[in-house]
Amino acid sequence: MKIHYLLRSILFSFLAFTALMHTANASIETYPFETAQQEKDYNVLIDELRCLVCQNQNLADSNAELAQDLRKQVHTMLVTEKKDKDSVVKFMVERYGDFVLYNPPVKSQTLLLWAGPFIFLLLGIWFLMRIVKQSNSIQPTKNENAEHSASKSE
Amino acid sequence: MNKQMIPLAIFSALVIFLAIGLTLDPKEVPSPLIGKPAANFKLQKLYSDEAFSPNELRGEPWILNIWASWCVSCRQEHTLLVDLAKEHPVTIVGLNYKDTPSEAKAWLQELGNPYQVTVQDPNGQAGIDWGVYGVPETFVMDREGIIRYKFTGPLTKKRIKETLLPLLSELKDNKIQVK
Repeated sequence: MKIHYLLRSILFSFLAFTALMHTANASIETYPFETAQQEKDYNVLIDELRCLVCQNQNLADSNAELAQDLRKQVHTMLVTEKKDKDSVVKFMVERYGDFVLYNPPVKSQTLLLWAGPFIFLLLGIWFLMRIVKQSNSIQPTKNENAEHSASKSE
Repeated sequence: MNKQMIPLAIFSALVIFLAIGLTLDPKEVPSPLIGKPAANFKLQKLYSDEAFSPNELRGEPWILNIWASWCVSCRQEHTLLVDLAKEHPVTIVGLNYKDTPSEAKAWLQELGNPYQVTVQDPNGQAGIDWGVYGVPETFVMDREGIIRYKFTGPLTKKRIKETLLPLLSELKDNKIQVK
């Protein structure tokens, strides 16, 4: 009896899940492309450009109306107007600023953004080295550090 | 003693940065359009079959307000715009963004019409050219059609009094600027 219920609930959640998957797929429109390059560029661009309404999603992931419009804009520029990838990016940046790029250019304004992770990495390495040095010096084998380790253990 | 203070110092620095972060509005994306000539458009007017283009407004400062009848916060700011139009002689152009004419007209009928001209942008193309990402948005242009300021989100009494009105009077006084 119990197993029966279990099976039923599993089946039900599976159906619910596939139904959800279906709507998620249905909401992203498909566009015709003339060349494989165009399609590749389109997919790269909607992956790289940010949707400004739901700021932590790119154009490919977002269902916001603005994202739909911008996907259409990208497609029109690539296929109808035969523009290249860079001019689409330029078009977006002129209107929405560097913020629209998930891969922003290195500038004085974005320097901290780019250098930040490396600064933290260096800080981390520095801390790690200090900790390793200290724990080495605690070992009583080294005489010159005896005084230091004594004060440390207090 | 000194060493024990280090974690505390790091923690305090972190708290200060996070506190500053909390006061910032992530929706406020700096517009790259400020200081640049306003994007041109040629769109059909809401109340007639004629087209309107911002080029007709050269020589006077003007305001572009982007709104839609489906936009909830537009309703909030609209009464302020109606008051502004009554109290200050300034050209306000309404850009009706991704809306239908009948709904737009009903909305203006109900809440009042502060716009000298309202144009329709049913598919949002002009919106893209103006870098619109969240209605309502309000742009202020100088006599030469250069964008001088952008308000993202609804205008408030405070924003009008502290930013918009001083800017407008500055732009009006600036008669020498015309080429």
